[in-house]
Amino acid sequence: MSEKVKDLRGTRLSAADLESEDTITVRGRPNAKYAWSAGIAYTKYLEELKNGRIVGRRCRQCERVLVPPRMYCEQCFRATDEWVYVKGTGKINTYSISYLDADANRIKTPILVAVIDLDGAGPGIGILHKLGNVDIEKIHVGMPVQAVWKPTNERKASVTDILYFEPIEEE
Amino acid sequence: MTVAIVGVGHTSFQSTTPDISFKEQMFEAAVKAYEDAGVNPRKDIASFLTAAEDYYEGYSIFDEFVPDQLGAVLRPVCTIGGDGLLALINGVMQIETGLFDVVAIEAHSKASDILTFPGIVTHGLDPIYNRAFNVHPYFVAGLEMRRYLHETGTTREQCAAVVVKNKENALSNPSAAFAAKMTVDDVMNSAFVSDPLTHRDISPLADGVIVMVLASEEKAKKLSDHPVWLKGVGWCSDTPWIESRTWSTAEYARLAAERAYKMAGIKNPQKQIAFAEVDDWFSYKELQHIEALGLCENGEAGKLSEQGNFSRNGKLPVNVSGGRIGAGNLLEASALQSVLECVLQLQGRAGKRQVKSAEMAVAQSWRGVPTATGCVAVLSSEL
Amino acid sequence: MNVKRRVAVIGAGITLFRRRLKETGKELSYLAANAALESAGMTLADIDCVVMGTAPDAFDGIHMKADNLLDGAGATRKPYSRVYVGGGTGVFSPIGGWWHVASGLFDTCLVVAEEKMSPCQPHPQTAFRTIWDPIITRPLNPNLVWIFALEMNRYMKTYNIPKEHIAMVAVKNKANALDHPSAQLAAKITVEDVLNSETMVWPVQRLDISPPSDGAAALVLASEDVARKYTDAPVWIDGVGWSLDSAYWTNRDLCFPQYVAEAAKMAYKMAKITDPPKEVDFAEPYDPFTYKELHHMEGLLLAKKGEAPRLTAEGVTQRDGDLPICPSGGLLGVGNPIAAAGLMKCCELFWQLRNEAGKRQVSGAETGVAQAWGDLMQVGTVTVFRR
Repeated sequence: MSEKVKDLRGTRLSAADLESEDTITVRGRPNAKYAWSAGIAYTKYLEELKNGRIVGRRCRQCERVLVPPRMYCEQCFRATDEWVYVKGTGKINTYSISYLDADANRIKTPILVAVIDLDGAGPGIGILHKLGNVDIEKIHVGMPVQAVWKPTNERKASVTDILYFEPIEEE
Repeated sequence: MTVAIVGVGHTSFQSTTPDISFKEQMFEAAVKAYEDAGVNPRKDIASFLTAAEDYYEGYSIFDEFVPDQLGAVLRPVCTIGGDGLLALINGVMQIETGLFDVVAIEAHSKASDILTFPGIVTHGLDPIYNRAFNVHPYFVAGLEMRRYLHETGTTREQCAAVVVKNKENALSNPSAAFAAKMTVDDVMNSAFVSDPLTHRDISPLADGVIVMVLASEEKAKKLSDHPVWLKGVGWCSDTPWIESRTWSTAEYARLAAERAYKMAGIKNPQKQIAFAEVDDWFSYKELQHIEALGLCENGEAGKLSEQGNFSRNGKLPVNVSGGRIGAGNLLEASALQSVLECVLQLQGRAGKRQVKSAEMAVAQSWRGVPTATGCVAVLSSEL
Repeated sequence: MNVKRRVAVIGAGITLFRRRLKETGKELSYLAANAALESAGMTLADIDCVVMGTAPDAFDGIHMKADNLLDGAGATRKPYSRVYVGGGTGVFSPIGGWWHVASGLFDTCLVVAEEKMSPCQPHPQTAFRTIWDPIITRPLNPNLVWIFALEMNRYMKTYNIPKEHIAMVAVKNKANALDHPSAQLAAKITVEDVLNSETMVWPVQRLDISPPSDGAAALVLASEDVARKYTDAPVWIDGVGWSLDSAYWTNRDLCFPQYVAEAAKMAYKMAKITDPPKEVDFAEPYDPFTYKELHHMEGLLLAKKGEAPRLTAEGVTQRDGDLPICPSGGLLGVGNPIAAAGLMKCCELFWQLRNEAGKRQVSGAETGVAQAWGDLMQVGTVTVFRR
């Protein structure tokens, strides 16, 4: 290709070009609003978060307790069987330290994110959440942590009813 | 080409389903389809195709959220950015390569989760040329309807009669969302949305999921006592420019039908096709699509429809299921709803609305404003 | 199961990849499609059908955007399909084209991949807000880079991988890209440059990431009979594979991309490859982040688990090494207009296998593998091309 093609097409614009008067742009914002039905499984999950509890669904065939709960087991392809509460403790499966917010702006105080494998759930069944009240240098894969909840009157039936996971004091 | 539909499953179609998530609905439809086909998705299904558009769902990269409830985890899964019939057609091609023997197709609508539907439709218009008007996007349909009526001499009353027919047909469809007994006056007197299009000329949105299982000839004969064979398929996208479009005839449907009929060996559709399920997003579209499919002469559909030619007991029943107007507008899944009806009819499973001695049917789809894109499939109970 | 018909790639085209291009999505599609047709010695009249690969509509800001793009892609009044598997789309689009021709329904197919990320303001990152589950994930306000960082950390910890080895991928690919005409980010950098670059989401640093881009690429596919009429050097699509894992990614171990392995196994089976490290001459795994090249090499079964970094450190993956990886310069060097970037890798296989890769040419290339990845650490798409 390099030998046969003389020049490739495409007109580069810099950020400044895009803002300048010579470049004609049409701006718009989609009017795209949704209210996603949580359905049976997530409704129960959120309601229980408001109660300060984490609930999963057990599949009796593979015996996994699935969190976040779903009404079907994706491995066995059958309906899950019962609600099972898990303690709210777990171990860090992986973690990261973010200096970016959701729009890629730089932030001073980093956000600590982790996947926490929950005790009492199936093997490797974890949830995404934040870490708090922790010394960054001490965070490690396998660190035991526990959920810290918002005060009852501040909970909104959201995953943010858990403020963060903090390390469990090891003996 | 020898591919058959060997199993179908679906939820009912309803105006709103707030208590259940789309995933749970998909699981329901998938379980039913796999039972109907006698297959286990974890072992027997070689590929899965879902028809979806991000902005209908409110998720980017929607295919992320489908494999679990379809039994498709760690299997070949993809999204076709088109309607359910296009997904089915791509599934047919996969089987025809020889590499896949059983394929699952899924499409759904969770329109009740969309709070700003006109905003979504507007977002499909060309951003540079067509969004400046700050008007309901169905103006595109209004323009087309006006030109169609003008060129064919079809009347607004004849379009309204389509609404009456389809809503009445839906009374015999237990899955339908919007069955009703209406009169032509009820439609004519409803408010204008984009003259000559009135509110009742527009199909109302509904939720629902449809899953189908396709199989190669060899597998189909093993899995089903009454496979429904795909005799011909065609699909076509006419120009996306609304400025340079043919407004009176649905060229995309005509060209797609040409290809499908050629494949199916259909030379005289009016004689060889027993019944049809065509897109009726808007009342006039049904008439326009009937003509494009060659089921009557150009410009004649309105008159013939008025005379009962396309009624359930007529010469060539169209939209016995109720179509989008009666069963509910399932967005990309309505294409599969049309196929679903063909399958049920050809298998003799259509209950009260069974069309007698139906052997060959055609299903046709359109993706809605602002597209000129759609598919056609010819289906038969005979190989 | 036996494939009915052999399908070949007989032409390829590509545009520049840049952070912002003036051309609209339609125009980019046209430029790439036109270049591919020229390279195949065909006109649009010779094309029976068109397959489009393009990733989230949220970037272009157009719902059903493939419909808007279709005239630029040469699809007016033709059978046209859009295939979509997030980031995996670029390598998946020729697979979609493959089944159009291998099925026997068509003899030729034009495959186009377009991506225009620059319209999304203030930054394309914002569009990624919508890939998450709105109920269990979005309330946490995640940034896309979080999941890469989580996966990268898991991979590094599981196999004890030093960051230096990962940084070498950026050095290699940006250097390789100096010889790619489309390249947006070609540069001579060092491992120190990467290690000293700004930490974005630890352990991911600025030079670990490929930034958003605009661009398009295209391929012309033909059945065996037709291909042989147009060229003496058809490039055969001998293997295709794809696999999508569970959406519940926090319930999966991220240290190994199982979905890539499943896709690779499917493609290798079709291509009759039983010993990938021996039978694959070079590969273009998806490298939007440095560690992903390594992760994917292992997923492609070209290296044992945890071994890819060592191979990199030993120079095995250089263009003149035993197993050249990303001789094109990859996403890190050429750019990342999502779907077009994946198809760029397939274009690279095409040019390499025809000895047309100029300064990027890998010697003795008979069998090449391209792979893309996307969704929530979920999908693997793989193609095996042979001369």
